[in-house]
Amino acid sequence: MALETLQIQERITQKFGMNAQNFDTQKGIFSFEVASDSIHEVIEFLKEDQNLNFHFLTDLCGIHFPDNDEKHQFAVVYHLHNWIENVRVRVKTYLTGNPEIDSVTDLFLSANWMERETWDFYGINFKGHPQLKRILNMDEMISHPMRKEFPMEDSGRTDKDDRFFGRTTINS
Amino acid sequence: MSELLLTPEHRYAKIIAESRNEDGSEYSILNLGPTHPATHGIFQNILLMDGERILDAEPTVGYIHRAFEKIAENRPFYQITPLTDRMNYCSSPINNMGWWMTLEKLLDIEVPKRAQYLRVIVMELARITDHLICNSILGVDTGAYTGFLYVFQFREKVYEIYEEICGARLTTNMGRIGGFERDWSPKAFELLEVFLKDFPVAWKEFENLFERNRIFIDRTVNVGPITAEKAMQYGFTGPNLRAAGVDYDVRVAQPYSSYEDFDFVVPVGKSGDTYDRFCVRNAEVWESLSIIRQALDKMPAGNEYHAEVPDYYLPPKEDVYHNMESLIYHFKIVMGEVPVPVAEIYHPVEGGNGEIGFYLITDGSRTPYRLHFRRPCFIYYQAYPEMIKGALLSDAIVILSSLNVIAGELDA
Repeated sequence: MALETLQIQERITQKFGMNAQNFDTQKGIFSFEVASDSIHEVIEFLKEDQNLNFHFLTDLCGIHFPDNDEKHQFAVVYHLHNWIENVRVRVKTYLTGNPEIDSVTDLFLSANWMERETWDFYGINFKGHPQLKRILNMDEMISHPMRKEFPMEDSGRTDKDDRFFGRTTINS
Repeated sequence: MSELLLTPEHRYAKIIAESRNEDGSEYSILNLGPTHPATHGIFQNILLMDGERILDAEPTVGYIHRAFEKIAENRPFYQITPLTDRMNYCSSPINNMGWWMTLEKLLDIEVPKRAQYLRVIVMELARITDHLICNSILGVDTGAYTGFLYVFQFREKVYEIYEEICGARLTTNMGRIGGFERDWSPKAFELLEVFLKDFPVAWKEFENLFERNRIFIDRTVNVGPITAEKAMQYGFTGPNLRAAGVDYDVRVAQPYSSYEDFDFVVPVGKSGDTYDRFCVRNAEVWESLSIIRQALDKMPAGNEYHAEVPDYYLPPKEDVYHNMESLIYHFKIVMGEVPVPVAEIYHPVEGGNGEIGFYLITDGSRTPYRLHFRRPCFIYYQAYPEMIKGALLSDAIVILSSLNVIAGELDA
């Protein structure tokens, strides 16, 4: 029997109660949010539970939301996949402005570089990561370039005005 | 000597200091890369060696990192394809089409069947060129140069087809939201027919040259094997995973662009070693050829090559000058005044090396709020140090080549 989204939701709520919420299916992927301190348990449960069996970590990445409140400044998104039932799930967790989260490298070896990449670009500290250092940028770099405040190029340039891209107060 | 390469606190320094033998022999450090000709790309590996055997490796990546995700956040949606071209540049049409399909999913656009089939054809051509390069270069690395030169001319033939379709060869920037920018010319179909006639003969010969070749078998069997469990743990997808015996293929698991209409086999290997990876790629080329054949046979009549979505698909230029509506749409698209839904999307496609995923978050503006590329190379390259542990230096080159790590995809 195929793994229904309701079934997943039931299992998760049963186990984690209020720590997991905002269940939603968008464009074919079932997703929910998890409190950041229980992320490791949730991912472990999704992976190890006999019925859920989300054994493959497809993707892990960070997002920066500078306009959100202090508790929702960053997000880490996990895409998990159960190949047997062919079901995907997206787990999202929000972090504060001083982002810290448990590493899942002990569950998935593939998380190693993905977490390093997230650290490199967003400065999200993965606790328990075996070797958390920069991966694509050079070691001497001090900022985290995918944060929204990091300028794209020389701000003195006038030919590439941000207003033309529809994201400033003047334009909206 | 080792001090030149590594800081004194590096973990290798300790291992070397502890392992000094009485006869004065010691472990050595070898810097492989970043621009070694045998690595086919910019990869650095600092190897700890005992004679010619590799004990440990430390890869450094990011030499051609171009910040595509950051650039994408500042570009309108339709200007992001040139970035996807430059990820896996051996099969750029797959990346292009993957990106358009992500947008079509976002905007709920139904692409006409004929355009979907045309896309399938071009994606399978791209897969053929990708596998062709990987396998023939693997031949070069084991000392057989002829096979490479022999099949490489067929990549040129495929590039000529690309040229007919979109005008470009390597970085194709092919397609638009909802289909293609223009219909395929009769010449493109002609070239395709010629390719389908000539290539199988050459590929068969290429296969014969390698598959039962004693030297090649000695160099590749049991070199760099990986078990299915390890491969899944390390996030392998694509031919490298299938060589380990797992039949996961996005084209079958989550058919896109009408892949469900075609009849094809997902070839799998057994031991996940270099030879299996070679054979799986070979077999996939045959499957791709059969898919192209089927797509041509089933191709719906007519000349529809894009969906009717004037909000997102630029009108023909001559209409812009003479037709009021076209002018309005043209203006709206170029000035970015077309509303885009707020959504979160993950769209995977089966690339040359595995599952290429586009994770897109929009905030209603003209550019992505966040765009993350799931790059299969980046994820499975982290298994490389473990795969070459205990191997000879010459095997390390062969393993790297058989994994088909593309620098552009690795570093994005």
